[in-house]
Amino acid sequence: MNALMKKLPLMRSCKEVTALVIAREDRALPLVEQWALRLHMAMCQACPTFERQVLTMRNAMKQWRGYREDD
Amino acid sequence: MHDATPDFNTQLADARGYLLKFARLQLRNEAWAEDVVSDTLLAALAKPQAFEARSQLRTWLVGILKHKIVDVLRQRGREVVLDSGSDDDSADPLEHMAFRANGHFAEKPAEWGNPEQDLRSRQFMTVLEACTDKLPAVQGRLFLMREWLELSSDEICKELALTPTNLYVQLHRARLRLRECLELNWFAAR
Repeated sequence: MNALMKKLPLMRSCKEVTALVIAREDRALPLVEQWALRLHMAMCQACPTFERQVLTMRNAMKQWRGYREDD
Repeated sequence: MHDATPDFNTQLADARGYLLKFARLQLRNEAWAEDVVSDTLLAALAKPQAFEARSQLRTWLVGILKHKIVDVLRQRGREVVLDSGSDDDSADPLEHMAFRANGHFAEKPAEWGNPEQDLRSRQFMTVLEACTDKLPAVQGRLFLMREWLELSSDEICKELALTPTNLYVQLHRARLRLRECLELNWFAAR
């Protein structure tokens, strides 16, 4: 990402986006952050993979809540 | 008149271990867990008629247990979020993930695939519970208040007189730790 892009207000680094993806599990993100997240996801290869991991974890916890041992 | 049949009592006794597992995981305190499970079983014994319409005894008991646990957490407020010291390290787990100086991933996160089937397996549940259990006590309690008790962040802050910032920091750490633990012990280990 070049220097000009970095100066744009909606630009976030992967580290920042990763934190937002995690934060979204527990609170609603402000609109600006939602846009920044979407923008970053469209341009990045690594962060969507991280996001899928977080969604898998969300799904896993849901399965766990509904899981009943048979014994 | 409805009387508690021996069969019902036996079933309750059998469920004790199961309830205790959840209580321990959520409360991280042996004495609180024992108490809350006893309270749950007593409440169930006192009103067996409440169960009649239900099909799943354990589901019903877990429902009672959850209510009792919320009461305990509310009463213990301060203690619940008190950092007992050594195990709640203050390091940011994001530091464990490799980022370059400019904030970009040094290494792309691993593809976990589409493990829908895996997630329902008993083996996965065992790993997930072990990873949850390994969270530092405060992080574990707050994480399960979200994920097991299904309380909103606002409700948790209110029940425990916790600031949102404090809650989010703890949950953030918990989620990253869990991610790392699952990656190491399940997704990378398959």
